[in-house]
Amino acid sequence: MGDGVEGNASGRIEFPMSDFLRAEFHVHTVLSPCADIEMIPPLIVEEALRKKIHILAITDHNHTANIEAVQKAAKDTPLKILPGMELQTSEEVHVLCLFDELDQALAFQKIVDAHLPNIENNIEYFGEQFVVDETGDFIRREERLLLTSTTLTLHQAWEEVQALEGLFIPAHVNRQAFGLIPILGMIPLDTPIEIVEISRHLPVEKAAMLFPQIQNLPLIQSGDAHFLEDILGWNYLSIPEISLKDISEAIKSLCPQKHQIIPD
Amino acid sequence: MNLTLGEIAKALNLELLTQSKDWEEIRPSAGYTSDMLSCVMAGAPHRGIWITLQAHMNIIAVAALLELSAVIITEGAQPEPSTIEKANEKGVILFSTKEGSFEVAGRLWEMGLRAMPPEE
Repeated sequence: MGDGVEGNASGRIEFPMSDFLRAEFHVHTVLSPCADIEMIPPLIVEEALRKKIHILAITDHNHTANIEAVQKAAKDTPLKILPGMELQTSEEVHVLCLFDELDQALAFQKIVDAHLPNIENNIEYFGEQFVVDETGDFIRREERLLLTSTTLTLHQAWEEVQALEGLFIPAHVNRQAFGLIPILGMIPLDTPIEIVEISRHLPVEKAAMLFPQIQNLPLIQSGDAHFLEDILGWNYLSIPEISLKDISEAIKSLCPQKHQIIPD
Repeated sequence: MNLTLGEIAKALNLELLTQSKDWEEIRPSAGYTSDMLSCVMAGAPHRGIWITLQAHMNIIAVAALLELSAVIITEGAQPEPSTIEKANEKGVILFSTKEGSFEVAGRLWEMGLRAMPPEE
């Protein structure tokens, strides 16, 4: 996984904006039925390092079973894997739920499990849902269909993520399918959403014009990676430490010295 | 259209979730169904009756914005108490039914309601 990646004394990778870390907050693994078979831990880590990404969140649909394998694959590299999940709420809205520690994500999983309908995955229609180890080897199939709505409402999900001190970021809010704005029309008043994700196809400068509902909200932009090439790392962060607190403060600051979205 | 909400609620056995005066005499202009609120904002007819299984609080804002005559929440989806409270505050009429949206729309069509308000 060498090419062009050089760690310095502090373990940080050198790249043009030397104080900034590249981050990608929305990556699926082979556990998500719609993700490509190449989305296995060693290849995800290799691709991220190749693109000089420092922070990468694993966000499978309604599940967390492959996070630890990716964390193990990233061990002893400069890449920090954030545990996460792309939750589907009862309103059919997708939300990135990010955590600092694996234990928090696993605690959230228990809540989600209790709210996930027991529908068997139809592999032919939806695709395989593989749990794998850090080398990408098969461990088991997840039998329950993950690409479906939980019975958690957006507000309930927000409360649960708050209680676990996670970060709650509605995903691709501009998208017709599973995006908050098309589905709910506007940011709900009862849920203090602080950051939203826009999809890679919506230029940041057009977001506020096309979607005035989000014009005052801090944005992130992600690849929603189902293929290796979708791992973008367009979020650049200047933060004291890699923690959710510092990440969210930098994004919410709306300050270009702390967070910028720079498409390749 | 002479059909009233009172007649509709009785015929379809709808459960009224909100409190409003004289709701029975309201006459919806037309019918509409969608679960995507952005589409509803763009497409639902003024003073129409909206059929949806979406029970999120934002349905109240949309219904108030378009001055819809009522919202029928289908498939037994239950709005939160705070949503019902909001509806009362904004004067939005909410019904609930265990039936699906297709069934409700079909019954309303049989009773004479259409997608567009009748020509004056």
